[in-house]
Amino acid sequence: MTTTLRVVGENALMLYLGDSADAVTLARVQAATDAIEQALGAELVDLVPSYASVLILYDPLRSDHSSIARRVRACLATLQAQPLAGGRTVVLPVYYASESGADLEALAARAQLSVEEVIALHTATEYRVYAIGFAPGFAYLGEVDARIAAPRLPSPRARVPQGSVAIADRQTAVYPSPSPGGWNLIGCCPVPMFTPEHQPAMPVAVGDLVRFEAIGRADFLALGGTLP
Amino acid sequence: MTVLQPGMLSLLQDSGRRGQHRLGLTTGGPLDSEAFHYCNRLLQNPAGSTAIEVSVGGLQILASTETSICVTGADMPLTINGENRPLWEVHPVSGGDIVRLGFARAGCRAYLGVAQGFDIAPCFGSTATVVRERIGGLRGEGLQAGDVLPCARVTGRKRLFLAARDRPRYQHTLTVRVIPGYQQQHFSRLAQRRFFGGTFRVSERSDRMGYRLEGPRVECDIEGILSEGICHGAIQVPPDGQPIVLLNDRQTIGGYPKIGTALSLDTARLSQLAPGSSVHFAAVTPRTAQRALALAQRFSLQRTLQERRP
Repeated sequence: MTTTLRVVGENALMLYLGDSADAVTLARVQAATDAIEQALGAELVDLVPSYASVLILYDPLRSDHSSIARRVRACLATLQAQPLAGGRTVVLPVYYASESGADLEALAARAQLSVEEVIALHTATEYRVYAIGFAPGFAYLGEVDARIAAPRLPSPRARVPQGSVAIADRQTAVYPSPSPGGWNLIGCCPVPMFTPEHQPAMPVAVGDLVRFEAIGRADFLALGGTLP
Repeated sequence: MTVLQPGMLSLLQDSGRRGQHRLGLTTGGPLDSEAFHYCNRLLQNPAGSTAIEVSVGGLQILASTETSICVTGADMPLTINGENRPLWEVHPVSGGDIVRLGFARAGCRAYLGVAQGFDIAPCFGSTATVVRERIGGLRGEGLQAGDVLPCARVTGRKRLFLAARDRPRYQHTLTVRVIPGYQQQHFSRLAQRRFFGGTFRVSERSDRMGYRLEGPRVECDIEGILSEGICHGAIQVPPDGQPIVLLNDRQTIGGYPKIGTALSLDTARLSQLAPGSSVHFAAVTPRTAQRALALAQRFSLQRTLQERRP
C-alpha cells in the first residue's frame, strides 16, 4: 500500500498509511503518530490516529501545509514499524435485546439470521481496538463477522443511549455516553467506558483485544446498566 | 457572579481543548472565535480567557463584586440594572448590579466576558464546556440558575469599545469558503456542481456539534469509509445527501464521506446563522485559505480599539 499525504483543511493534513483495518497497518499508524509528534513539536496542535490514517492538525499561523508536509515526509522516510503495542484482553458484558439495542431485530432480519445467531456471532470474535475517537472513550473495534456487518443508518440518530453496543460495516463499538450516532444498535454494556476521574480514564487502549459476553437483563441491571 | 437565569444555552468557554483527541475528546471552545477574541481583547484579558457563550439569549447574572464586563457577538439587547448598554464595549459593574441579555435580533451567539476572565478549574487542560462529553465548565453542562462564577475584583479597567463601523454585521445569507479535500474524488462532477452551485438552508437540527444544511441532494459514490480523523469545519455528507458542517463539538473520528473543509473564518459566521438562513459554498485553494487567515490575523482581528472617557 502506498502512503499518501493530502491537504484536507486550512490547518490539517491527512496521512493515509493503508486502506484496511489490520494489525500491520495499525502498527504503522502507531509508529507514524509517534514520529510525527516528535518531528513537529510545538507546531503540532493535535494528532488523530485511526485505522489506517493519521490526521495532522497544526497551527496555520505558525506554519503552512507545504512546510508541514515536507517534514512529515522526511520523518516517514526513516520510519521503522514497531510491533504492535498493547495487547491485553478485556471482557465486556452485553445485554443483547430489542429494549437495549433498537436495531437488533432489523439487523438480524437483514442478515437473514435469528437474533440468537447474531448474538452468537458477535460474541464469538476477539476484536482489536483500532482507534479511539468520535467521543471520549469511544473505541473502534474490528472486525465483526461479515455475516453481521451492516451499513450505517441513512441519517444519524439524534441520541444514542449510553452503553449502546453497535455495528457499522465490519466495525463494532460501545457508545461511552449518550450522543448522536449512525451505527446499528444491538445491545447495551453496563461497564463505563470513560471516567474522567480515573487514571486511565478508559478500560481499553489502542492495540488491546476485546471480547463481548452475553448477559441477561437482571445481571445487566445489577451491574449498573440502565435502559432507555 | 451568580447566574439568575441561564437563558437558552449558556456555556463557559475558553479557546478550546488541545492535544486530547487521542482520548476522543473534542475541542469545544467558542463557535464564533472572532467575537470571543474581541470580548477578551476589549477587556484587556489574556487571549483565550474564560467567558460565557450565550446562544440565542436570556442570560441574567448578578454581580457580587466590582469588576468590568463586556458583551460581543450577536445583537442581544444588554441592560445593566435595566439601563440599555451597548455591546462591543467595556462596562464597569459593582456588587448587586443585575446584567441581562435579551434575545438576539441578529446573529445567535454572544460572549459575555469579565475582567481577568472567569476563574474556572480546567478539565483536560481547558475550561471549554462540551455538553455531549460532560466535560469542562462547572459540571460539564450549561449554566444553571444559582451557579456561582468566580471572578476577581478588578477596578479601573479602561472603557474600551470597538467602533460601530468595525463590528461584524450578522446577516441571513452567507458564502462559506471550502477547501475541497478528504473524499472529494468520490463526489461526481454533477454532485460537486450541486454542492458549490446550490442554495442550502440552515436546519433546525444545527448545534455546536455541526450545522446541518438542507438543499439539493449531494450524492457520493460511497456510503462510508474506514473511520478517520475529522478536522474543524469538515463537511460530512451522509447517504441522505444533506451536508453537515462539523464545528467545535464535532466527533473526532467518523466514517461518513466528506467533500471538503470550511474555513474557520466562515464557520465563525456560520455559527451566527439562525435556522432558515441561506448558505452557499465556494471552493478555494489551500493557498487562498492561508492568505485569508493571515490577512484576518493582521487586520480584522487587530482593529484599533477606542476608549470612552467619562
